Amino acid sequence: MAQYQNLFTTVNAVGPVSHGVELGHGNSPRTGQPLLNYWLGKLGNAQLGPIYLGGLGLASLIFGTLAINIIGFNMLAQVNWDPIQFIRQLFWLALEPPPPQYGLSLPPMNQGGWYLLSSLFLLISVMLWFARTWRRARELGLGMHIPYAFMSAIWLFLVLGLFRPVLMGSWGEAVPYGIFPHLDWTAAFSLRYGNLFYNPFHALSIAFLYGSVLLFAMHGATILAVGRYGGEREIEQIVDRGTASERAALFWRWTMGFNATMESIHRWAWWFAVLTTLTGGIGILLTGTVVDNWYLWAVKHGVAPPYPDVFPAVSDPALQAAPSGVKP
Amino acid sequence: MAMLSFEKKYRVRGGTLLGGDLFDFWLGPFYVGFFGVTAAFFALLGTALILWGAAMGPTWNLWQISIAPPDLSYGLRFAPLAEGGLWQLITVCALGAFGSWALREVEICRKLGMGYHVPVAFSVAIFAYFTLVVIRPVLMGAWGHGFPYGIFSHLDWVSNVGYQYLHFHYNPAHMIAVSFFFTTTFALSLHGGLVLSSTNPGRGQEVKTPEHEDTFFRDIIGYSVGTLGIHRVGLFLALASGMFSALCIVLSGPFWTRGWPEWWGWWLNLPIWSQWPIA
Repeated sequence: MAQYQNLFTTVNAVGPVSHGVELGHGNSPRTGQPLLNYWLGKLGNAQLGPIYLGGLGLASLIFGTLAINIIGFNMLAQVNWDPIQFIRQLFWLALEPPPPQYGLSLPPMNQGGWYLLSSLFLLISVMLWFARTWRRARELGLGMHIPYAFMSAIWLFLVLGLFRPVLMGSWGEAVPYGIFPHLDWTAAFSLRYGNLFYNPFHALSIAFLYGSVLLFAMHGATILAVGRYGGEREIEQIVDRGTASERAALFWRWTMGFNATMESIHRWAWWFAVLTTLTGGIGILLTGTVVDNWYLWAVKHGVAPPYPDVFPAVSDPALQAAPSGVKP
Repeated sequence: MAMLSFEKKYRVRGGTLLGGDLFDFWLGPFYVGFFGVTAAFFALLGTALILWGAAMGPTWNLWQISIAPPDLSYGLRFAPLAEGGLWQLITVCALGAFGSWALREVEICRKLGMGYHVPVAFSVAIFAYFTLVVIRPVLMGAWGHGFPYGIFSHLDWVSNVGYQYLHFHYNPAHMIAVSFFFTTTFALSLHGGLVLSSTNPGRGQEVKTPEHEDTFFRDIIGYSVGTLGIHRVGLFLALASGMFSALCIVLSGPFWTRGWPEWWGWWLNLPIWSQWPIA
């Protein structure tokens, strides 16, 4: 028997648009006349807009645009300002960090100076956007859960682009801006430090990443499955448990012997997502600063098996004294 | 009793797919059902086979225990138990247990009057596993192309198979899958954070409403997908992660045997610009 399975909205209700919760003094007016889009309404809310721009949002967008333009124009310069070659080679182009010999000093603009400037602008943009999420949550009387989660992502961003390069003594350690170049950086980073799969914090980060996807599949599916009982009204279900919450909880209890509540599933969700970048950042920060070869680290701690037949007396060349005159 | 305060009125008979009332009962918090019995059978047998394989192996170090698939020379035939036959049986048990678990979820859905979203979503995960250990090995002609069952051995397998294609990050389906994984986690943090921030607004503040949730997201990015929509978005993102993961590995070997960076040559050589050299 065919049943409505709550995968999309069959009837798009059209009503007056919402202009949002009133804001107090010291806030800018919201921008844009809200409009209703039929296809958005198939999936979720049909209403698009308005948006709150404000000083922080405007400044963040300006700095972000500057950062992206610096990256884009550097790439364009690399193909002799030929727009066709720019499109053709876009995925291969990069704005690279300074070469290692500059250490933490300021290099010439075409030797990574543009990279540092765009990184600075990107950082300013991200921090302004963070302040914006903080202000918007505060002005609406909400908790600070989203800004705090954002801080976890910023932590990984800072580890990659600031903390680890500083600890390693070279801006050249930072990640290049470009599609394939940042993938090349990732692969080279893993190979250089003895395979990141042996880094326990990398393992934790992956586990939380996969765990987050698993949780969203479980949670999204559960809520849609109890949609016929109003399960998506989660706040209401949290403060006044209804049959949707009860069925959702019992489904998992009967399936795996354990269930979350309508509130606690969102705590599981928040922690799994936050811990992904938190543990990932720790793993990156330790790599090259504290641990030079994760495979040898794993062998030393009895986690990975050694391969004596293939590589007798393995010693990491990077741990031996470097020839004089060569900077790391 | 392992029952929640409101649980008793939900524990009714019916909704089973197989077995009628025979297995329609609970053990502690667990619902049993016909597929609970088969799930337990496959799970216990599979675990016992893993323990047997570990006992025959060189180590009891939890990180290093590994049950390897048969050598490539066995092709798609059965291998002796100690030479990959166990891996074959464990794979059958795993698929049997996963399938039973999904069907048991269907029975629980029917009992509780819920939609089938969870078992359907779980099927996508099972499909990804099935792709790894059945579809791709069959297409490549040997069970030896499956991955070994062990904590670090499966990581080594991922590493080695990745480098067989020179640089797996250039696999377009892998790029899309990773993007979906990151996006799902990002969306999960936003959804979890939003619901918690509405219901935990801080000392002395009133609990907020979906109006506030919508307003927050419209203020920040100009659109709020809404309380129902976010669960559709989340489920879609999560399932797309699994589907593209399955796609990226089944492409590697059966449909593309060279390095993945090379695959992108078609883009550089499109007729609209192939007459020019790459400056």
